[in-house]
Amino acid sequence: MEKVILIKYGELTTKKGNRNFFVKTLTNNIENKLKEFPIKIEKDNSRMYIHYEDSFETTIINSIHQIFGIHSYHIAYVTKSDLESIKQDLISTLQEQTFSTFKIEVKRSDKSFPKTSLELAPIFGSVVLKNKENIKVDVNNPDTIIHIEIRKEHTYIYYNAYKGLGGYPMGIQGKGLLMLSGGIDSPVAGFLAMKRGIKIEAVYFEAIPHTSLEAREKVITLVKKLEKYTTDIKLHIVPFTKIQEEIYKNVSPNYVITIMRRMMYRIMASLCQKQKAKVLINGESIGQVASQTLSSMYVINNVTTIPVIRPVACLDKLEIIDLAKKIDTYETSILPYEDCCTVFVPKHPIINPTLEETLKEEAKIPNYQEILDETIANTFVLKTKENAKDSYQDLL
Amino acid sequence: MIYFDNSATTKVSKEVLDSFVKTNDQFFANPNSLHKLGLESKKIMQAAIDQVAALLNVKPQEIIFTSSSSESNNLAIKGVLDFYPKRHRLILTTILEHPSISTTLENENVEIVYLKLDQDYHVDLEDLKEKLKLDPILVTINHVNSELGVIQDISQIGKIIKENSKAIFHVDGTQSLTKIPVNLTNVDLFSATAHKFNGLKGIAILVKKEKIGLTPLISGGASQTIYRAGTPAVPLIVSFAKALRLALATEQEAYNKIKIINNYLRQELSTIMNITINSPTDASPYILNFSVKGIKPETFIHKLEAKDVILSTKTACSAKEDYSKTIYQLTNNKELSKTSVRLSLGKDNTLEEAKEFIKILRKEIL
Repeated sequence: MEKVILIKYGELTTKKGNRNFFVKTLTNNIENKLKEFPIKIEKDNSRMYIHYEDSFETTIINSIHQIFGIHSYHIAYVTKSDLESIKQDLISTLQEQTFSTFKIEVKRSDKSFPKTSLELAPIFGSVVLKNKENIKVDVNNPDTIIHIEIRKEHTYIYYNAYKGLGGYPMGIQGKGLLMLSGGIDSPVAGFLAMKRGIKIEAVYFEAIPHTSLEAREKVITLVKKLEKYTTDIKLHIVPFTKIQEEIYKNVSPNYVITIMRRMMYRIMASLCQKQKAKVLINGESIGQVASQTLSSMYVINNVTTIPVIRPVACLDKLEIIDLAKKIDTYETSILPYEDCCTVFVPKHPIINPTLEETLKEEAKIPNYQEILDETIANTFVLKTKENAKDSYQDLL
Repeated sequence: MIYFDNSATTKVSKEVLDSFVKTNDQFFANPNSLHKLGLESKKIMQAAIDQVAALLNVKPQEIIFTSSSSESNNLAIKGVLDFYPKRHRLILTTILEHPSISTTLENENVEIVYLKLDQDYHVDLEDLKEKLKLDPILVTINHVNSELGVIQDISQIGKIIKENSKAIFHVDGTQSLTKIPVNLTNVDLFSATAHKFNGLKGIAILVKKEKIGLTPLISGGASQTIYRAGTPAVPLIVSFAKALRLALATEQEAYNKIKIINNYLRQELSTIMNITINSPTDASPYILNFSVKGIKPETFIHKLEAKDVILSTKTACSAKEDYSKTIYQLTNNKELSKTSVRLSLGKDNTLEEAKEFIKILRKEIL
């Protein structure tokens, strides 16, 4: 029997005006995600049908679970719109289902069909009761609702919905730049930002020779893992060594991190402007480290007016770890390579920096803007997709 | 030349040799060096490991590269015995094992218990169930015996071991991988080497499931894994991945062809008076062991060699003994065991070669 994936728009958005844009974006995302598979997408006013070949079912369903904007979906069986065919196929689909109570919901959009919905429900109900043991009808709180939708061209039979990834279709909110360090928090922050429909590009601050190329590889791996949920993610590499060395040389040790974060924010703000991104996103979590206290956030954020989204700000570390495991970035994140936030950590970073003191410290690097301009000019994009196709494939 | 000694070793394929040479040229750096070249070596090594793991349906961290199946077998046995000192030092095995297993077991301070074999030399599963009650630390079994080609049902054996004991299950797959299907679901440790499937000599694997503990034989600094020190042999590792991929891609096709050749040889040899076929009919078609009455096997081998036909007496690894222990133990017949020869086929052998061999045999030798 042919099957289709049925996605109802009902939960997609409450604002009717946006719906077309939402649906269009979602359709594009699905088509993109499944471009290697022979699928056909059909749409009407309230729902979307994805026709697929049975042999690809597992892979396609797995992919559906990686697409934001799908809150739930049904697997619908397609049958002919005549009473006998519907009954027959209802019986055969029943066998794969496990439930003890059910309810039938018939929808007849083909008004030329000889019987009405109200007449059909008990007919199908008795078919179900006769062909499955130990079940009964419960119209108030059934384990499963058996949907039978009769249309002119064909009829759909489907059962309970499966849960999707939720969120908004990726891209409907425009672009944001994600500060991706290689730790546990920032990939999760990126995932959550994408969930709300933001198209992300990642920015990695690199301090070679103090950080290794392995650390960069780790970030590339993280980007690839996040790419499962979108099409592709641009990775910007910021050569941060020079400014970092200047800070380390000139600034009092306890203010090193504060000043470093301010410099990063300045670079991010400028990159956002260049890349036409509306927000910057990072993995800061309130109180987790010295630079993430409220006082630190206040002093650091002070360098820019661009909105800073901190998706994991109010999550506990363990909650973040759970999410990281769920999206499969955790194992990569805990690989032990230094990133530029860990490589110069002073013994006692200040927990409550003041703006006044910060400005004094920052003045010790009078030419920082010059260095930042140079750093921004030298920032480059690493295409992770090309990186994946390494030149040595023929050797294996 | 007709080469019928493929179970001793195979000729390395051109593609595999090519990738070995190119990898040596382009990725010579130590993968554990921090510099760019090191990182590139590490990337290709990781890609090779990932490929091998995917082909065997295990995790990348479960692959340990070694120098030979003998090393893998030693590592499996000694490593497990050392890691679990409190476990009962009793090991179940068969009389069909390769010397790298049997000798290692004899040299260790362990009790060796041999499993009963049925008439076709398969492990008697009821006997296995019974002997698992002895609480062995390890069961080690050859998937395909190298002398006769006897195949053991490792899936079924593994299932019984898992259901009835906490024993660790090691399988020597040296003669089976790429020849017959290998399913590692219930296998904890698995040895195999590249040179048996047209790869290079000097590179082998031990698959070690994540939950199994193992003490390394060779200790030292960072390597490919913590289970075997030494600078990772990146070009050999890459060549292993390539050889395995190529061999698995043509496994079925090669099997069908070899089966036809084997059937032909069996039929022809069985019509020759002085010849007794020792390999059971359901053995691996790649190996055909037979005894030739009235002629010393060495003489037989050298006579064939003079006609450019290469085959072996027994296995190359135990060539020094004057009779085949395995065949003697199985048949209890000294003459058969003293006159056995092994003909072993490889994917490049043809039916024409087999016909030529029979012709030479009839005309010139017997």
